[in-house]
Parts: sequence; C-alpha cells; structure tokens
Amino acid sequence: MIDLTISTIQETINSLRPGEKGIIGNFAVEKIPLKLQEMGCLPGNEVQLIQLAPFRDPLFLNINGNNLAIRRETADLIEITKVL
Amino acid sequence: MGKQLKVSLIGNPNTGKTSLFNLLTGLNQQVGNYPGITVEKKEGTCRLPGGGKAHILDLPGTYSLNASSADEQLVVESLLRKEQPDFPDLAVVVADVENLKRNLILFTQIKDLKIPAILVINMADQMERRGISLDVELLEKKLNTRVVLMSARKKTGIDELKKQIEDYQQLPVSPCLSVSELDATYFERLQKAFPEEDLYRLWLCVSQDVALKKIDESLLKANEYSERNTPEIKRLQQKETIARYLYINRFLNNAYQVDRTKATDWRSVLDRILTHRIGGYAIFFLIMLLMFQAIYNWSSIPMDFIDQSFAHLSEWTNNHLPEGPFTSLLAEGILPGIGGVVIFVPQIAFLFLFISLLEESGYMSRIVFLMDRLMRRFGLSGKSVVPLISGTACAIPAVMATRNIENWKERMITILVTPFITCSARLPVYLIIIALVIPDQTFVGFNLQGLTLMGLYVLGFGMAVLSAFVLDKIIKNKAHTTFVVEMPAYKVPMAKNVLYTVLEKTKSFVLVAGKIILAISIVLWFLASNGYSDDFYQAEEIVRAQPENTMLSEQEMQTAVASYQLQHSYIGIIGHAIEPVIRPLGYDWKIGIALVTSFAAREVFVGTLATIYSVGSEEEETIKERMSSDVNIRTGKKLFDFPTGISLLLFYAFALQCMSTLAIVKKETNSWKWPFIQLVLMSGFAYLVALGAYQVLT
Ligand SMILES: Nc1nc2c(ncn2[C@@H]2O[C@H](COP(=O)(O)OP(=O)(O)O)[C@@H](O)[C@H]2O)c(=O)[nH]1
Ligand SMILES: [Mg+2]
Repeated sequence: MIDLTISTIQETINSLRPGEKGIIGNFAVEKIPLKLQEMGCLPGNEVQLIQLAPFRDPLFLNINGNNLAIRRETADLIEITKVL
Repeated sequence: MGKQLKVSLIGNPNTGKTSLFNLLTGLNQQVGNYPGITVEKKEGTCRLPGGGKAHILDLPGTYSLNASSADEQLVVESLLRKEQPDFPDLAVVVADVENLKRNLILFTQIKDLKIPAILVINMADQMERRGISLDVELLEKKLNTRVVLMSARKKTGIDELKKQIEDYQQLPVSPCLSVSELDATYFERLQKAFPEEDLYRLWLCVSQDVALKKIDESLLKANEYSERNTPEIKRLQQKETIARYLYINRFLNNAYQVDRTKATDWRSVLDRILTHRIGGYAIFFLIMLLMFQAIYNWSSIPMDFIDQSFAHLSEWTNNHLPEGPFTSLLAEGILPGIGGVVIFVPQIAFLFLFISLLEESGYMSRIVFLMDRLMRRFGLSGKSVVPLISGTACAIPAVMATRNIENWKERMITILVTPFITCSARLPVYLIIIALVIPDQTFVGFNLQGLTLMGLYVLGFGMAVLSAFVLDKIIKNKAHTTFVVEMPAYKVPMAKNVLYTVLEKTKSFVLVAGKIILAISIVLWFLASNGYSDDFYQAEEIVRAQPENTMLSEQEMQTAVASYQLQHSYIGIIGHAIEPVIRPLGYDWKIGIALVTSFAAREVFVGTLATIYSVGSEEEETIKERMSSDVNIRTGKKLFDFPTGISLLLFYAFALQCMSTLAIVKKETNSWKWPFIQLVLMSGFAYLVALGAYQVLT
C-alpha cells in the first residue's frame, strides 16, 4: 500500500542538510538533556546545521546563536519545521 | 586580620574564568584536589585596592546549576552547602560577551540563591570585531546588580572589578525569578514540607540529576520529593528554563545588539576546514604526528642532561661524603630514585604544552566532534580522546581528565582502558630492552628499533580500544546519554594561561610520582643492602676464597662480591622465591626483582637492574653492556635474548605496573572494585601474552 501522507511525516533536526535552518518544535522533555535546553534548544528557537561528521553523527549545530554538537540519537528526537 | 573575603569565580566553560583567576592572583595560587575526588581546586589570594585581601576560588565551568557531570556537581554543591568552607561570600559570575544570553541563565540562578553576585562580562576586546554593542547601565538596572565589562586578554576592567569586589556588601540580593510561579501547587506542597528552607534552594536539591545525597540527606529522605528524574521534575525544569529566557529577553534586546554586517567571521571558515569529513581527519592526524615528533625530539636533550647530572651527583656524593649507610642510601637509593622521576619532566611538560594549546585554541572540541562516532563503536566517547592522548604522558592526569564525560559508562570504560596507552614511564624500559634485543639495522628504509617502538605504541592503543570494545559488551549502562559539546570560538592561546598550566601539571606529576618512587627506592635500597645469612655478611670472604676467582682484578673482585651479596640480600631472596613463576616467561631472579620493584612504577625497572648489575651510575651504555653479556644459568644462552626481550616488552605493554594509577582510579571511581579488576585483568593478560610469546619464540 502506498502511503500518501508523506507530507505529514515529522521532520527532525536530523533531516537538515548542511546550511539549512529550521524552527524547533516539540520534543519529549524527559529524553532531551536539560543542558541542551539551557543552551537554547527550546520550542520556537532557530536551529542551523553547520557541519556533519561521517555517518551524520554527531551533528554540529547552531542553536539560538550557540555552537554545539549533539549525537544523532538526540537529534532524531527534536522535531522542526524547515525554514526555506 | 579578620576573616578573608571568599570569592568564587563561576561561569560557563571557556568564558575566561581561569584567565581572570591568573590575573587576579598571579603566582599566588595553589592547585589542590577537592577531598575525595580529583577535580582540581584552584585557590589564590588577591590584594584589593583598599588594602584588604580576597580569597579567590576558580570553580570548574558549568552551564547551569543543574549538574550533569562530576565537575558541575561540585559547583552546585559549593553553592548549596552553606556550612562548608567553600561557600562564597560573593559570586563573581564570568560571562562571555559573545554568548551573553546563555550566560545570563546561570547568573539569574545564582541570584535566585540570594548569594551576592557581580556580573563580569569578559572578552570586551572582541566586541568591535563581532559588531556587538552593549548598554551596561541598562543591564545593571534590569538585573539589579553590578556589571563589570572587562577583557582578560587586554587586561582592561580589572581594577574596576577589584573595587566592586571590595564593595560587595552594597550589592542588592534580590532574586530574579520566583519558582513558585512555575507551578503553584507543586511548590506550595514543597514549601510546606520544609517551611524553614529557601524555596529555590530546596528545588535545586530535589531536582538534581546527579545524586546529591551529600547536600542534605535529611532534606531528601522523608518524602516523595526525593524521587528524582520523574517526568514531572523534567517538565518543571524546562518551564524554569523557558521562564528564565523570557525574563532575560525582556531587556536584553534593548541592552545588547549585534550588527552582523560589521562582524568578520573567521570561525565558520575555519570550521568548514577543520571539521571537514575528510580534511578534518587528515589535519587531526597531522597535528598528532607533529606533536609526538616534537615531544620526542625536543625532550631528548634535556632528558640526557638530567640523566647525566644525577649520575654525577650520585658519584660526587659517594666520593665526597663520609662512607656509611647514610651516604649509601643517598647515593644508591634516594638520588637515583629522584632522578628517575625528574627525567620525565621534559616530556610531560611538552605534552601539557601541546594539550593546553589545543584546549586554549578551541580545537579540542573539534577533536571531540570528529572522533565521537568512531570512539563510540568501542564504547568510548569523543571526549575520551583527550584522556587517551594525555595517557601517552601519564595515566594519572589522563584518568583525571575523564571527569567531564557525563555518561557514567563511557567514563568508566575510558578510565579502565587508559592505562594500556604507552605512557612515558614505559619508555625507559622499552628503550633499554629494544637496544638489547632488536638489531640496529634498517628495514626498507626504516630503523628496526624505531619501528619496534612505534609498534609498541600502536599495540598499546590497539589494546585500549579492543578492551573498551569488550567492556562495552559487559558493563551495563546506568543512564541516558547526555552528549552535548559546545564548540567555542577559536582563540589565539594566551601565553600566561599556557605557562601556568604547564607549570602546575608538571609540578603535580613530580609530587605524586615522586613520593611513591622515593619511598620505593628507599625500601629497595634497604632490602638490597641487608640480609640475614652468613652468605650476605661474609660475602667478601666467601667470594675471595672461591678458587675460580683468584685471577680477578681488584675491580672485578668488587663487582663479584657485590653481586654475590645482592643474591643473598632480602631482595635477592625474594627474587629467587618468585623465579619458578616467571621462568616460563624467560626471566631469571634478577628480572624477577625488577618486576617486583617496578610494580610501584615501571621506570623503577631500569634503576633496579642498574643496582643489580652493580653499576654505580645509571649510564645506559654500561648497564646495557653488562646486561647483554649476562648468561642465563639454566639455558646457557644469553639472558636477554630475543624471546626474553619480546616477552618483557609485551609484559610491560600490558601489565598494570603502576601504583599511582591504582590509587587515582580508586579515587575517581570511589571504590576498590574497579582498580582491583583492572589490576587482575591487565596483569593476568600480560602474563599470558608474555608466556605465549616466549614459548612460541624458543
Ligand atoms: N579575546 C579574548 N579571549 C580571552 C579573554 N579571556 C580569556 N580568553 C580566552 O578564552 C579561552 C578560555 O579561557 P579560560 O580562562 O580557559 O576559560 P575558563 O574555561 O572559563 O577557565 C582561552 O582561549 C583564553 O585565551 C579575553 O578577554 N579576550
Ligand atoms: Mg578554567
């Protein structure tokens, strides 16, 4: 069966390509390190992918003006909407 | 003089706390350890303009008062436990002007604890380049505090800061945020349970990620609040973070502006090159290669010099002091012992020079980024790379460097495998054995001896990685991963910071290793110069009476006597006793003694053999010659032949012959279990490998 609802598949930080930006949406609070939230990873803030290590892991991001790296497993949990 | 004013420097990592600390205290500082753990504690005194003095404490960097690693926990504890000596009269919160918003989160938390706090905004020299403009007065008004804009690099604003420290009693101590607004019912209940306590302090105690039992056990025991990590607490913490950002945003947009058109952006250019998925690795390996080349080339000259100086000193002592047990202890026990430590100073100093350059420049975080995925395959973390590199100098600082790894399991594995890395104490052992058993020839253009040494480095690293892989399968994980690494801006290192780091690390190495080696060399000297049998006390008569010795010259006779005496000293008896265990590895009783004594520290091996072969000085050539002509009585072949040599090299590559490592691991893991496991596994494995190698090769 072909799924026609592709457009509703939620994008996460992990779907960004280098240089692309997104606006942070929802995430499961208890799974995201508090430290990351304190660095500005909060709903509504902007995130940009700066650089990828091989295997897309870790990801080098600019979140709300802060430069930091997180692992893919964390990036997968944070929903975004891409900014074009 | 009355009580000294206690000032703590607090702030995010890389905001310039240590630079400021160095400026305030100069060389008036000591580095110690916090009791029980080995997080470094830097303290110093600073003269204030009014004539008073302030006691300054440089705390580890932390992003907030919600701790997620051992360093951070320490900061939180020092601010929560009012009764302990580190509790500050004044908190100087150091912020980086480039990341002011994030830095202010921590500042508001500290203000909420009602500790008098000054906000220091550092790196003012960067403002123009980044196009930043700042309204200090507005900030002071909105945050209800004093703000000092300064630059540790350009040394501006320091006097102003000192004045503010002096006047700290005039600081307002009003909180920024009231936590009870986050969830009225929850906090009402909490306050009711502990009516005496300050609510925000209470909330911090309840919500800590890291077990903060030590803070106030009575606080946490009796009630449902002791249950940490519940989703409810997490949600409240997020709410608190959002509330803090909202509070800050309310005035920061007016007080702080960035004009991007004026900013020059070197950083993204550099990052595109240095963290590139191919180029980044090439550059990293090139830097490592250069670093090790430099360490070995540069340190060989001072090392030779130290070696010879100590040999001369021993000789001089022997010749110029009256003969007797004291002179003998000094010349044959203490001096060679100290020499054995001091000889590593150049290598350790150069290594820390490079490590501190990598850290100061901001490149270290890029290494963490590049290596994380690769290291994780083996149960390690990108942050394990720093300890593993430091391990080539010495496992002690390396194990200490693991404390910023938040994940318990990754930190444990890093601690456990670090001692496999070829540390500088293994070098003298390797060098002498390689010189004995590996021919000085070239093989396809490479020197065989050099290749062997390199092979040993690769072997050590390979073993570390391999055992990490195995441990990863065995050790159970305790917590979620919290890998978040800040990528700080690139900086030209400040000479003063680098110099202080090198001085301080080298000093602490000499002190830690020095004490142990000194103690061992005294014990060793005692055991080697005493015995209980006639063989020991009448050695001279017995040797002279032996018919085959009558032809010997006086010098040779003395050597023969000394060697006979040693065989029958306490240490000789110990050596003979363990001989059956080590014979299958190709060792005799003399090597056995060296194995026993070098259990305390590997480098003692060479010194012990020097004593045993009764060569007064540790001059390598002479020991080497004597060692190479020594014959194994049992086999009739050379004692140090190829199989024995290889077996020894492998033994030293794997065995945990270092008491200081055991001590530091015990401290860092807070139990005897881990060092014990480490010792048994590593040394057991070393025995088996050495056994296998010797049996195969003969
Ligand atoms: N441009 C500039 N760099 C600084 C200043 N103060 C410190 N740094 C640099 O910032 C980096 C971090 O400094 P450090 O004192 O180690 O920060 P800490 O982690 O807070 O102790 C180092 O590379 C310093 O050389 C300053 O005022 N201006
Ligand atoms: Mg520091």
